[in-house]
Amino acid sequence: MTEEIIIAGFGGQGVLSMGKILAYSGIMEGKEVSWMPSYGPEMRGGTANVTVIVSDERVCSPIINAFDTAVILNQQSLDKFESKVKPGGYLLYDPNGITKKPTRTDIHIHTIEGAQLASDMGNSKVFNMIILGAFLKLRPIILDKNVEEGLRHSLPERAHKLIPLNMEAVKVGKDNVK
Amino acid sequence: MGELKLMKGNEALAEAAIRYGADAYFGYPITPQSEVIEYLSEQNPYERTGMVVLQAESELAAINMVYAAGAAGKRVMTSSSSPGVCLKQEGLAYIAGAEVPCVFADVVRGGPGLGTIQPSQADYFQNTKGGGNGDYRNIVLAPSSVQEMCDFVALGFDLAFKYRMAACILSDGAIGQMMEKVILPEQKARMTEEEIKAKYPWALTGRARGTQHRVITSLDLDSAKMEEHNRALQRKYKEVEANETRYEMINCEDAEYVFVAYGSSARIAQKSVQLGREAGLKVGLLRPITLWPYPTKAIDDLIKKGVKGFLSVELSCGQMIEDVRLACNGRVKAEHFGRVGGIIHTPEEVLEAMKKQIIGE
Repeated sequence: MTEEIIIAGFGGQGVLSMGKILAYSGIMEGKEVSWMPSYGPEMRGGTANVTVIVSDERVCSPIINAFDTAVILNQQSLDKFESKVKPGGYLLYDPNGITKKPTRTDIHIHTIEGAQLASDMGNSKVFNMIILGAFLKLRPIILDKNVEEGLRHSLPERAHKLIPLNMEAVKVGKDNVK
Repeated sequence: MGELKLMKGNEALAEAAIRYGADAYFGYPITPQSEVIEYLSEQNPYERTGMVVLQAESELAAINMVYAAGAAGKRVMTSSSSPGVCLKQEGLAYIAGAEVPCVFADVVRGGPGLGTIQPSQADYFQNTKGGGNGDYRNIVLAPSSVQEMCDFVALGFDLAFKYRMAACILSDGAIGQMMEKVILPEQKARMTEEEIKAKYPWALTGRARGTQHRVITSLDLDSAKMEEHNRALQRKYKEVEANETRYEMINCEDAEYVFVAYGSSARIAQKSVQLGREAGLKVGLLRPITLWPYPTKAIDDLIKKGVKGFLSVELSCGQMIEDVRLACNGRVKAEHFGRVGGIIHTPEEVLEAMKKQIIGE
């Protein structure tokens, strides 16, 4: 099993940390992982993306051009990455702010109202965990208990009290992906 | 087994220095390696081991602090990225001349000049062929994973002290910025003053009454002595070449065509090998781990085993290809392929280049 994922959106949406939690969860699942960010002059409001690879084997190239799954959180990222999903792959996006919808017919396209659901939960910070939940519903590559373990390893100790809230957000994501 | 973590290459490099029992890190921030000094500052290793971390006022100051601490027999590291490493070349030439051990990491970005902050491998020449003045060499280690960013700190220090010379960890923005699984080694204790005195009689540890004073310098105005000093350096470098060449071969047993790539390009080329094998091509990968000393003999062996051509894959306009061609010595075809300016080649285009430039129609 090798799952090659791009997560892309605005800086500040938690794109990189969602990738990190996914990668740590992969380790807890006993997989090989890599996490490769677009780094540089990124700032709040700018674009940010990260490539995460979760595999049974040693990851060859952490930098890839075609993805099994694209998790898309803004229009620029949709424009950039829709064409880079492998045929038969998955595209998951939050329709909030999307004006030009994806048009491909050879991939699975799903939506998650992440921003809306986070606001319903009364905490905009769990947005990325809702998205992660939606992703894991579509691509069940990691068990929930390992996601929880991944959170424990990627969050600083002082934030561990927020793990139950984050796991609830994962569940909300799983229940609401369309 | 040590502690398992998910870390950036830059963070692994920094943590490895603490755990090796390094005495000091002197540096100056620059993208894409600022996480090294950021991580060290955050960890405050002075509390953990007594290791000193200092942000110098410039790269020049940092390398000269390294020169001084190394001369005192301390395990000292610095790091920077391409333009910053240019600034350090004067100090590195002095360090080579004075035979001071140290470790420096270069997390390469695109050039020339300020260039770009994106990954590049265009400082191969600078680090393997000199950069500073005089007939000198630095040991150059090329990590291609976060684990190796960690492991090569210990290896670098071991080699630097074994041969009293600088060991360079030549990385790039991709390896520095990516996160991977890493198994961290156990914490080692720093050497005590007594241990340094006993183990490194050359080190400047203070002069006891009635003993000869020790001098660490790159300067000698006596030409005869300077010639002998240079000859001695070259004998040392020959010994390093004979004993410390390291490389990895992947799918080379029956290979007809071989990619030669290090660092992040080696990761990409490994995928190209996989794609090529799936398409029925007998391709393999030679991954130099030491760029100096270069695995010339490994290329020679491959030619003797029947390899018909090599493609040197680098994020540069063609630097390592010169060493590949020297090793081939005209016997088989050797060409270069690489994207530059911060663009990273894909496994598909690397394989395509092998088909077009080496295998032919």
